[in-house]
Amino acid sequence: MRERIECDVAIVGGGIVGGSAALFLRQAGLSVTLLERDWCGAKASGVNFGGVRRQGRPLEQLPLSQRAHAIWGRLPELLGTDAEYIRSGHLKLARSEPDLESLIAYRERSQGFGLGLEIIVGEEFRRRWPALGDRAIGGSLCPEDGHANPRLISPAFARAAAALGAVVREQTPVDRVEKDGDRFVLLSGDALEVRARFLLNTAGAWSWRLAEAFGEPVPLESLHPNMAVTEPLPRFLDVNIGVEGGGVYGRQVPRGNMVVGGGRGFALDADRARPQRDAVLTLMRDAAELFPQLRHAHVIRCWTGVEGYTPDRNPIIGPSRTTPGLFHAFGFSGAGFQIGPGVGQTLAELVTSGETPMPLEAFRIDRFSPTA
Amino acid sequence: MSETLPPVIVGAGPAGIRAAERLVAAGLRPVVVDEAARWGGQIYRQPPDGGFTRPKKALYGFEAGKADAVHRAMAAIRDRVDYRPRTLVWNCEAGALDLLCDGASEALPFSHLILATGATDRVLPFPGWTLPGVFTLGGSQVALKFQGCAVGRRVAFLGTGPLLYLVAYQYLKAGVEVAGVFDTTPFAAQARATAGMLRDAATLAKGLLYVGWLRAHGVPIHNGVRPVRAEGAERVNALVWRDAQGQERRTSCDAVAFGLGLRSETQLADLAGCRFRFDEADRAWLPERDGAGRSSVPGVYLAGDGGGISGADAAELAGERAALALLEDLGRPMDGKRVKELDGRLSRIAAFRRSLSAAFPFPADWADAIADDTMICRCEGVTAGAVREVARSGQAREMNRAKALTRAGMGRCQGRMCSATTAELLSRTLGTSPDGVGRLRAQPPIKPLPVSAGAERREVA
Ligand SMILES: Cc1cc2nc3c(=O)[nH]c(=O)nc-3n(C[C@H](O)[C@H](O)[C@H](O)COP(=O)(O)OP(=O)(O)OC[C@H]3O[C@@H](n4cnc5c(N)ncnc54)[C@H](O)[C@@H]3O)c2cc1C
Ligand SMILES: Cc1cc2nc3c(=O)[nH]c(=O)nc-3n(C[C@H](O)[C@H](O)[C@H](O)COP(=O)(O)OP(=O)(O)OC[C@H]3O[C@@H](n4cnc5c(N)ncnc54)[C@H](O)[C@@H]3O)c2cc1C
Repeated sequence: MRERIECDVAIVGGGIVGGSAALFLRQAGLSVTLLERDWCGAKASGVNFGGVRRQGRPLEQLPLSQRAHAIWGRLPELLGTDAEYIRSGHLKLARSEPDLESLIAYRERSQGFGLGLEIIVGEEFRRRWPALGDRAIGGSLCPEDGHANPRLISPAFARAAAALGAVVREQTPVDRVEKDGDRFVLLSGDALEVRARFLLNTAGAWSWRLAEAFGEPVPLESLHPNMAVTEPLPRFLDVNIGVEGGGVYGRQVPRGNMVVGGGRGFALDADRARPQRDAVLTLMRDAAELFPQLRHAHVIRCWTGVEGYTPDRNPIIGPSRTTPGLFHAFGFSGAGFQIGPGVGQTLAELVTSGETPMPLEAFRIDRFSPTA
Repeated sequence: MSETLPPVIVGAGPAGIRAAERLVAAGLRPVVVDEAARWGGQIYRQPPDGGFTRPKKALYGFEAGKADAVHRAMAAIRDRVDYRPRTLVWNCEAGALDLLCDGASEALPFSHLILATGATDRVLPFPGWTLPGVFTLGGSQVALKFQGCAVGRRVAFLGTGPLLYLVAYQYLKAGVEVAGVFDTTPFAAQARATAGMLRDAATLAKGLLYVGWLRAHGVPIHNGVRPVRAEGAERVNALVWRDAQGQERRTSCDAVAFGLGLRSETQLADLAGCRFRFDEADRAWLPERDGAGRSSVPGVYLAGDGGGISGADAAELAGERAALALLEDLGRPMDGKRVKELDGRLSRIAAFRRSLSAAFPFPADWADAIADDTMICRCEGVTAGAVREVARSGQAREMNRAKALTRAGMGRCQGRMCSATTAELLSRTLGTSPDGVGRLRAQPPIKPLPVSAGAERREVA
């Protein structure tokens, strides 16, 4: 027998974006059904590096990123846990003069967004981060950026939504969606049918399928950032580290393990990925170069995840251009963890009031289509 | 091109050695990769080169003849295999293994691969199990075989499985006082299963001899026991246990050796893409293998305890059998008679094993008695209560989810030690069967990998 659920909003995908949207929609009093094929927060949202970073984002993302920043500051109140979130600061390193210039240029451009970036060089730089002293000539610090434990935080959003009355169904893949008059009809096999006035497409790297079903094909590519973590080490680093120009990034968690990222894994199939040997070894080499403290350490685990990337590395966020009542939010291109809760709140706003103060023009879904 | 690659064998225990021997006999030059410094595997582990030497009889007891035969087999083909001792396989990806040797990493491509990775102890914790002086059964045996020392002067043996009696016997023989054998199996179960074990009278006789010898030397043997706790301040000084009547009792000792049978080393099979199924007898997820040792992945074969616990004799036979399957798949002529003989002997051992697991059933209720504050994952400091909590609150109904939320299985052992416990705690709390909670997915590196291996990378010739 097929179970039937009627609600205001159906959400496909229980990552940090879908989970936080569900939470804010419930706070606004709408009835919500969240459908998750796997476990909530088990995909990109639960396996990412854990960088909660505004610094370095394209300027178009900064309003949303700031909105998210405010939400991150209220985690205990929203979720009943801080999920190991710390505002440790995010330090982006410059290894050369041109790198430093580009950090300074970013600080200029991002002024007015409230990031509070500080360029720190020379003596002061070496004094504050002796552990990094000879690797870099300076860096740009965003004091209120930080990091968190994605494994804990991402499921917590969906859980908090459920605690407020959202219907959360895990192990429930949505395999057919259509619009019947003013209602969306979602089917999960023969088991479940959900009818809703609004539909949120927050299905991560798999969101293109739903978009395509409504006549909005997007060039979304699945990629797999490589992660590795060492055994616990004596504390030597309190900030979340990035490098101008990319390459490695790293953070040390309070219990001492060093988490590093860089390079890419490979796909096992459409849903799963594995770290890639050469990328892992290169990551280890580069990380040891940047953090000499790692030279005698051991990597105890490597992993990766499946994340959707767009050609311009900006996400797709906003209303469908073909189907009223449908909203998309995906394609975060490796940087959706920090911004995710801000996106969830924005989606909730779009549903409840039809508008949002957030500028979403750069994130239009039809920006890649030849006629756009 | 791939046909020109030599076959690769991981593991130089009885299974790997017999596989190599058979491939060499067919004119191939296999690569044999083994983490240990010398060949022999777990059971026929050899002491380090130089230093002290003890006669095989003292090291292996009844198995001295077999140990010697296996060692000799490898010595005889030594020049015709590409033998890589002290080499850890840390990953398997896209038709190549990743090796770690002398701190450097190297990829070894393969077309045909025999995994003979063996097993390690299976443990469930009990209060006090992290006290100094508490060892696994296998670990305490390794100490005896490899380092030539005992784990204590008065040792209590706790758990279930044939190793329990064997290691107690070996300790007694080595002149160590055995404080008692504390078997979790009710006596009745053992008595019932003995009939089935008569299929292999020799092995049964050996088992009875261990028991008889222990009894004759005044070692108390208790059945139907459950551990209460290991006591001690700096080091264990007593084992507190509950007897079959539910009476709490206390036995003083300065070491405890415990284990609940063995668990197969399956991570490479997982990384190689092998399909797994739940095995009731081993109470574990194992890579599927047919009677010849073929896995679900063409070109990948499983032999010995790494594919399912069946003991050293079966490991030798299964190693040879897998090599024959590999040769057949390469289009080599088959020795049909030998295949039949091996298949016959392997199926007789399999029947015996079934009786053995009936004689030493896994104590399914052990997990219920683990106190909430007992550490179950030492690497990450996870308690039993933390795992129960994520199960009870509905947050985790499955192993990988429990790992994500609690960290159990995330540390340096990658769940080798704690995954059995996590599975038992989850399934008992949720009221499902142990297979209902799934299994941990393997992640490279399967053992800690020095960061410096990233800079020390060897290209393949
Ligand atoms: C390894 C890695 C490192 C990263 N590091 C960082 C970082 O440091 N900082 C940062 O800001 N970002 C980082 N990111 C990016 C960030 O993790 C993602 O952008 C973000 O988690 C995306 O969230 P999401 O909710 O859109 O997607 P997801 O978390 O992927 O959630 C989508 C969900 O939809 C479900 N789903 C898909 N199809 C269906 C269907 N048909 N029916 C039901 N459910 C479905 C999926 O199972 C999944 O759970 C990283 C990503 C990866 C992979
Ligand atoms: C500690 C211990 C003690 C035991 N004692 C006895 C006993 O006394 N009597 C008895 O009958 N049975 C005993 N057993 C069971 C017995 O070991 C096995 O039945 C038998 O050794 C199985 O042989 P095998 O070839 O399958 O594996 P093993 O003999 O275990 O050999 C496997 C080999 O593979 C290597 N290996 C595994 N993974 C990797 C990797 N990733 N990279 C490189 N090398 C790798 C290991 O180092 C090992 O040398 C014991 C088991 C253990 C774990």
